[in-house]
Amino acid sequence: MTQSFLKALMTGAVLSVGVASGATAAECIAPANPGGGWDFTCRQIGKIMYDIGVVDQPVQVTNMPGAGGGLAYNHVVTERSDDADLFVAASSATTTRLAQNAYAGMTADQVRFVGAIGADPGVIAVAADSEYQSLTDLVEAIKADPGSVAFAGGSAVGGFDHMKPLMILQEAGFTDITSVKYIGVDGGADAITQTVGGFTQAMTGDMSEIVSFLANGDIRVIAVLTEERVPGFEDIPTAKEQGYDVVAVNWRGLYVPKGISDEKFDEWAGKLQQVADSEEWAKAMADNGLAPFTKVGGDFQAYVDGLVAEINAMSKELGVIQ
Amino acid sequence: MDILANLALGFSVALSPFTLFLAVCGCFLGTIIGALPGLGPSNGVAILIPITFTLGLDATSALVLMTAVYYGAMYGGRISSILLNIPGDEPALMTTLDGYPMAKQGRAGDALVLSGVASFVGALLATVGLMLLAPTLARVAFFFGPAEYFALYLLAFCTLGGMASNNQAKAALAACMGLGIAMIGVDSSSGLPRLTGGNLHLFDGIDFLVAIVGLFAIAEVFFFIESHGKGSSIGVKLDKVRIPWKDIMSTKWTMLRASGVGFVAGILPGAGASLGSFLAYMSEKSIAGEKGGFGTGVPKGVAAPEAGNNSAAGGALVPMLTLGVPGSGTTAVLLALLMTLNITPGPTLFTERADVVWGLIASLLIANFVLLLMNVPMVKIFVKILSVPAWVLLPGVTMISFVGIYSLSGSYFDLLLMVGFGVLGYVLRKLDVPTVPIILGILLGGKMEDALRRAMTLSDGDPTYLFSSPIAIGLWVAAIAGFVAPMFLRNILKKPQAVTD
Repeated sequence: MTQSFLKALMTGAVLSVGVASGATAAECIAPANPGGGWDFTCRQIGKIMYDIGVVDQPVQVTNMPGAGGGLAYNHVVTERSDDADLFVAASSATTTRLAQNAYAGMTADQVRFVGAIGADPGVIAVAADSEYQSLTDLVEAIKADPGSVAFAGGSAVGGFDHMKPLMILQEAGFTDITSVKYIGVDGGADAITQTVGGFTQAMTGDMSEIVSFLANGDIRVIAVLTEERVPGFEDIPTAKEQGYDVVAVNWRGLYVPKGISDEKFDEWAGKLQQVADSEEWAKAMADNGLAPFTKVGGDFQAYVDGLVAEINAMSKELGVIQ
Repeated sequence: MDILANLALGFSVALSPFTLFLAVCGCFLGTIIGALPGLGPSNGVAILIPITFTLGLDATSALVLMTAVYYGAMYGGRISSILLNIPGDEPALMTTLDGYPMAKQGRAGDALVLSGVASFVGALLATVGLMLLAPTLARVAFFFGPAEYFALYLLAFCTLGGMASNNQAKAALAACMGLGIAMIGVDSSSGLPRLTGGNLHLFDGIDFLVAIVGLFAIAEVFFFIESHGKGSSIGVKLDKVRIPWKDIMSTKWTMLRASGVGFVAGILPGAGASLGSFLAYMSEKSIAGEKGGFGTGVPKGVAAPEAGNNSAAGGALVPMLTLGVPGSGTTAVLLALLMTLNITPGPTLFTERADVVWGLIASLLIANFVLLLMNVPMVKIFVKILSVPAWVLLPGVTMISFVGIYSLSGSYFDLLLMVGFGVLGYVLRKLDVPTVPIILGILLGGKMEDALRRAMTLSDGDPTYLFSSPIAIGLWVAAIAGFVAPMFLRNILKKPQAVTD
């Protein structure tokens, strides 16, 4: 609360307009600056929770950027571990970092993952004038000469965007994954710019990052990493149907502090389910290139545990961690 | 004329009594936010975003308010630069170099009006540029790969030596310190933390604002304490504000050139308003030559960075709207606002959401005129806020610095770091080492390193890749010339001076 209170205080001082903050209002921490996926999760879920009446006060959104979500994680674990009115935006990036021990020793079991209600499907795209017409073309080119294709993505080396093409290549039987070129740039749009500009040959990212470039005809999406084709984007083939059984989605979800009661945990899970079922959320997903992906409560916790173990194993193989 | 029709659509959206009222409020708030040291446009806009939701504003109104704040902050930053020698926000850094000496000569009013007019020219030209060229200019980003970006940042560093100090060795030392500080944090190419000592607070590196507030504001407080308030550099008197027509006329070409330079710098993703004002100042300085007296308080030295940074602020909207790649910190926050309003910027925004884009452009034009009125005849109101006695102002500066920095991440660690930077700034100023290159090192160092690392990954470590395109080669030539030329020029130009002395 300290930060939002201070922000309110400063805003008040500047504007002479106080921001009412109810004592019982729930708070959502977005562990990043405004504008990213975590911020979107907090603002959309918070807004819909209030609009459909599952919370009686508007949800306060606090941005707590730092250490790729590590500062917020540390804050929740050490200072707010029994705060029942707090939830925090999370995504695949959260579990990837936990699996790679990137939160300075903190582990995934120090919070409770309450649910995911939507996922941003992973995509592999090339420039519209690229010689690679399909995922198979790209994979075969890398197999023949690993140096011939460089990927650009919005996450750092070893991050989820980097993992996506490597998962596909491993599936295709290519084992020398450290020879695959990857550069991490500032977000998906930047990755597309580099690819369209011809500096890299392919872009790895999320569906939401490419939506606006698709209509423009600058890029060609050669694979989406979901079980089935994504509604609204039926002409984009999945990796699976091209013979590479890889599903990699960037889910959007929440975690809550570990110390809250089981009743409270189930209550949040229920509220999240209601958001997932709402028309407002369906519209928000459609507008932002998200595909339905609902897992709440115990189901989701099990999914997260599995994911952390899987990424941990792969990262060791990659040499990203010891 | 498509553009006129579109503009008419934009004005029909943006021109209502309510939106005009919002524009005036936004301009006023923005100017104050910009003027207060430490509270820059990016955190200012970020802090105000919740207000737009609290007030339940629709997309257009929210955009009008926020862009007015954004442009307002760009105007406001110059006020404290000129009067206090503390940049109100990062792009106003360059304005201190001539603005403050000019104020010390008793021409604070002239400097404020002149910089206000320069800001207007820069922002107006940039808005017109945005209007005419945005869809085309968006393609420029496609020509900039890692090698080109590296050369661009190198250019900025190479021209540093001549700018920040008369001693290039000291400037180079300061730039290296800045680059060193920029290395702290998680290495973006390998994901491993560097120089953090395991401290989670250092994983993201050192925030630029922490360093700037420490090196400028807190160091100033230390000097104030040392002198017991006597002879403190803070608190330049502003007697009368009149319009310095002569200065405005004599700097008209400077303003136009600086606007052009700033606009191009703004368009390049990630470069932003700081680089815009920097390049505008440097190019004007080299045009004026040693005799131009840049750094001693000349009108051109005030007009150039202000026209440059306001024009870059407009330019930075181009990649944000057309590619979804923010051109600066503040546009990143504006991007966040657009996304929350369910407007996804991208190449198709101009055709699909014409009402939003042209409403935004119309509101930028409106905001710009409001700001000119507010910042020229009414500048005294803002000055009043800052021209309180030093014994009131400095505790105020200290408080705002602490509150502003605390609001960034809500951690007291940043406060300690800021005080540390204050001590560093104090020591460096005692040693006559310029602090501006440190700031630029922190600001650009990480990006420059990223560009180099990416270039090396793509080329398998082949250094010739850095010279592989005409754009990159051109930038390299300019960088080397920019570093070497001042040494020779200084020798040539100093000789006749020695004779006359």
